[in-house]
Amino acid sequence: MFSDYSTAELLSIFAMQGFAGLILFSVFVLMALGLAIIFGQMGVINMAHGEFMILGAYVTYLISNLFSEYMPALFSMYFFLAMIVAFFVTGALGAFVEWAMIRHLYKRPLDTLLATWGLSLILQQTYRTVFGAREVGVSLPDWLMGSVPLTDIIEIPINGLFVMGLTLIISVAVYLLMYKSQFGGQVRAVVQNRPMAGAVGINTEKTDRFTFALGCGIAGIAGSAFTMVGSTGPTAGQLYIVDTFLVVVFGGAQSLLGTIASAFTISQAQSTMEFFLSGSMAKVLTLLVVVGILMLRPQGLFALKIRH
Amino acid sequence: MNTPPLIKPLKRFTRRSCIHLAAIFATSLLTPAIAGAEVNTTGLAVTDKDVTVGILHSVTGTMAISETGSVQAEKLAIKQINEMGGVLGRQIKYIQEDGASDWPTFAEKSKKLLVNDKVAAVFGCWTSASRKAVLPVFEQYNGMLYYPTFYEGLEQSPNVIYTGQEATQQIIAGIDWVVKEKGAKKFFLLGSDYIWPRTSNKIARKHIEKLGLKVVGEEYYPLGHTQFNSVINKIKLKKPDVIYAIVVGGSNVAFYKQLKAAGIDMTKEKPVLLTISVTEDEIRGIGGENIDGAYAAMKYFQSLPNDNNKAFVKAFKEMWGDDIVIGDVTQAAYLGPWLWKAAVEKAGSFDIDKIRAASPGIELTTAPEGYVRIHENHHLWSKTRVGLAGKDGQYKVVYETKELMEPDPFPKGYQ
Amino acid sequence: MSMQNIRAFMPRQDLIAFLVLAVVIFIAMPLAMDIFRLNLVGKYLTYAFVAVGLVLCWGYGGILSLGQGVFFGLGGYCMAMFLKLESSTPEATAIQSTPGIPDFMDWNQITEIPWFWEPFHSLPLALIAVLIVPTIFAYIIGVAMFKRRVGGVYFAIITQAVASILTILIIGQQGYTGGVNGITDLRTLLGWDIRSDSAKYVLYFVNGILLFACLLFAQYVRKSKLGRILLAMREREDRVRFTGYDVSNFKIFVFCLGAAFSAIGGAMFTLQVGFMSPSFVGIVPSIEMVIFCAVGGRMSIIGAVYGTLVVNWAKTSFSESFPELWLFAMGALFIGVVMAFPSGLAGLYRNHVGPFIEKSYKRLRLSYENYRKPDNLVTSD
Repeated sequence: MFSDYSTAELLSIFAMQGFAGLILFSVFVLMALGLAIIFGQMGVINMAHGEFMILGAYVTYLISNLFSEYMPALFSMYFFLAMIVAFFVTGALGAFVEWAMIRHLYKRPLDTLLATWGLSLILQQTYRTVFGAREVGVSLPDWLMGSVPLTDIIEIPINGLFVMGLTLIISVAVYLLMYKSQFGGQVRAVVQNRPMAGAVGINTEKTDRFTFALGCGIAGIAGSAFTMVGSTGPTAGQLYIVDTFLVVVFGGAQSLLGTIASAFTISQAQSTMEFFLSGSMAKVLTLLVVVGILMLRPQGLFALKIRH
Repeated sequence: MNTPPLIKPLKRFTRRSCIHLAAIFATSLLTPAIAGAEVNTTGLAVTDKDVTVGILHSVTGTMAISETGSVQAEKLAIKQINEMGGVLGRQIKYIQEDGASDWPTFAEKSKKLLVNDKVAAVFGCWTSASRKAVLPVFEQYNGMLYYPTFYEGLEQSPNVIYTGQEATQQIIAGIDWVVKEKGAKKFFLLGSDYIWPRTSNKIARKHIEKLGLKVVGEEYYPLGHTQFNSVINKIKLKKPDVIYAIVVGGSNVAFYKQLKAAGIDMTKEKPVLLTISVTEDEIRGIGGENIDGAYAAMKYFQSLPNDNNKAFVKAFKEMWGDDIVIGDVTQAAYLGPWLWKAAVEKAGSFDIDKIRAASPGIELTTAPEGYVRIHENHHLWSKTRVGLAGKDGQYKVVYETKELMEPDPFPKGYQ
Repeated sequence: MSMQNIRAFMPRQDLIAFLVLAVVIFIAMPLAMDIFRLNLVGKYLTYAFVAVGLVLCWGYGGILSLGQGVFFGLGGYCMAMFLKLESSTPEATAIQSTPGIPDFMDWNQITEIPWFWEPFHSLPLALIAVLIVPTIFAYIIGVAMFKRRVGGVYFAIITQAVASILTILIIGQQGYTGGVNGITDLRTLLGWDIRSDSAKYVLYFVNGILLFACLLFAQYVRKSKLGRILLAMREREDRVRFTGYDVSNFKIFVFCLGAAFSAIGGAMFTLQVGFMSPSFVGIVPSIEMVIFCAVGGRMSIIGAVYGTLVVNWAKTSFSESFPELWLFAMGALFIGVVMAFPSGLAGLYRNHVGPFIEKSYKRLRLSYENYRKPDNLVTSD
């Protein structure tokens, strides 16, 4: 199939394809990090994760409208503010949900699945009532939508670079927070042994609430960033949920590093196969391989050594 | 049907007085009811004052995005018809049901509309899957469905009037245009993975090959897919003159945003992007700046300059708000109630069989798209236009077929 | 079976519950409803097969599968393939370029019936396939997962992925499966018009009888040693394992059983509704079916049937009058059931209605006995 092309063309296409895989990787990591914290660390199966992301996207939409209405001069910079606001809004909703719902269900993980599914239905309908059933178009500053031409074939999309940069920043921030800060220590302590953590004076309730809110907040940032590559509509969140869970589970639920490694593996596999096969078959094969590996290695790629 | 209750109280009279009285009753009280019986011999929900129809679309679920416009258009048409005095002197009432983007629900609700509510006609459905699900119900209970979406063809039911275009009408004119005007020789076909894009691309491929030109790629992605970078790379590698895209739903937004970000500038000479799936409705989600320069081949654009359309757009905005946009399917949905009204009036009856017999040949000179006529095969003769998408989210019409395109749901040589 | 065995299999309370349900399904509903509504109930009852299977898997076995729609769909597809072949006679499909094959194959340039469709020319083979195909599929998943001790949340997520794989496959291979439209326009079963009102009545009763067969089997499992092992396993899997039981085999069995129940439901769905589509195979219907089970009470097989009926009834009537509010109601139902009534309708009955009836019954009996006593009273005086 490659005989028609020159070596230079092929090289640049492989470079491009590698880059496409990296973008997909970043997207996966952004999707999965929040869930890895909520599901991996807390054991809560948050089926409303996609809806939290979409909330972030809607916040971005509102802020972009606000800027184009009142501060058109600053429009090109609104995106940064939008992401910060999205983080806090979704985080606040997450804290509320934890307080109202999740904290009563910590001993019943499968029930959190049902309850959060119910929550996702309610959120979807809320979006539909507030923003309408149609997708909303989030207008982006021009500088985000362009591309940097490297050669005459290779062009690097700026929003791809942006997503990759964002992923890097957030991953590092989460790492620092979870492994280098006092808060992270508390979270991990609560995860490993709740009564003991309580006994040594950690406010476990507060820790839980902050952890959940943090996971949701990251989902919000992800949603905000996805307005660059995807659609913003009431049901768009459902598109992400299976992929997101698979990435987290495949990585080994309790390991943040595993999440990143699994996002990398899955994204590279998928984008490579997409290039050689049709899109639908690539997707099926990727999922099959992931499920197959999970059957052989149910604990995921990186599992903590703990006794079951 | 109307006699039994009459006879009962008259039983104790003599036969003659009975007949006499009955005659008086008939002339005084029963006149309108008899008129009702004449226009409605099959027990549909028709009274002397009103007639009930059904609206069956998804207002919840993933398809609500697309179907909202159709519901609005149908309600507008019904309102306008009522203001003009209704159908055969009867005001139209509607019962709206939610298909919830779920095909079995569509089947269930259509049965409810036909069996329980006895509606005289149903305006509804959007996806092919929902139409396929309700079709046996309409055929079994002899209902009449006005179906607004452009679709893949391969169907011709006596119980459906297809007010959108079938695939060949939309595709052939568009491809002919892009070959003639843009000198296109190499095509890349791309679609969401389900029957409409696949069938449409099959017709497109046959037509392209008939013209002696080349298809350099054909790709399908699952519904709801949001990552198109790989296929965009393939497009870059194959260097087609035309990207022929039939991506739908949320995937659309992702596809066009990523296409633009990858540096494929549709405002340049090549590649030309030609789509049959993006109406003004979808552009709202995609964002005009992301699809600026793409071409679409369909029968209606909001910007059509004729007077019918200006009045239609004005009325639509008055009813549903200024910021609303109107796409091809919305306009086709608007035709439904009008075509039904014309058929009822031609038949002089609400009976489905009579409407069916009366439908072929019915013309609508007031259609926003201009002029349409119902073909023997229950599809519409209509013109096909090519529009150029602009930053404002509107299409500028750059081409219009001279003649009406004949609908041909089973095209010979394209299967 | 001796009397004692029967008692053990069906204690009095359960017997009453079965009888009441039988009266509701076989007498009350058909009398109270026209055929249109009854057909709807019949459709809902096909979901009850899945919910009953879930009670065994989830309530007893602790295995939450979010992919039961897969088995419902496979069963339904097996039935639909037979019906579709029957309706695709060369006469009925004369308009196609290849008459005599299903319409969607013709649209996809397939000119002969693919090999895996061939067995579905025969009704017995199709009926066997309805049961066997989903069960084997469940067996493969079960062996792969449970032998490796995958359970709980992981299992739920993997079944979800399986559901999404199968949906994409069915939609993508539309020449062989009918794609997103599914297999539609099914008319007759061995020449018998399944769309007529009389057929709908017959199918409703057949459906009810099959449901009761499944319920009785589920009751048998519940009351047998297997049921107790399942419960023990759910609570303390390792201890059961240490006692010497092969835990995974029990899990595989109950998962396969749930799959077979779902498949029967799917086949009955196809017969009553007249088509099958991939929208049942996906994640959303699979999770909805879990909520039917949860509303009914995850430990009660009879409750699961009521739960299915109640939720679907609410869905239909709610979405007829307030379509916009339906999702709010459904979401609230999910949250409410999980937070406030984890044991569902059955729990409500057991904790509130049941004791009340029991008390009234006792009071009634007491007053009856008092009424019978007067002679004694007289003599003692």
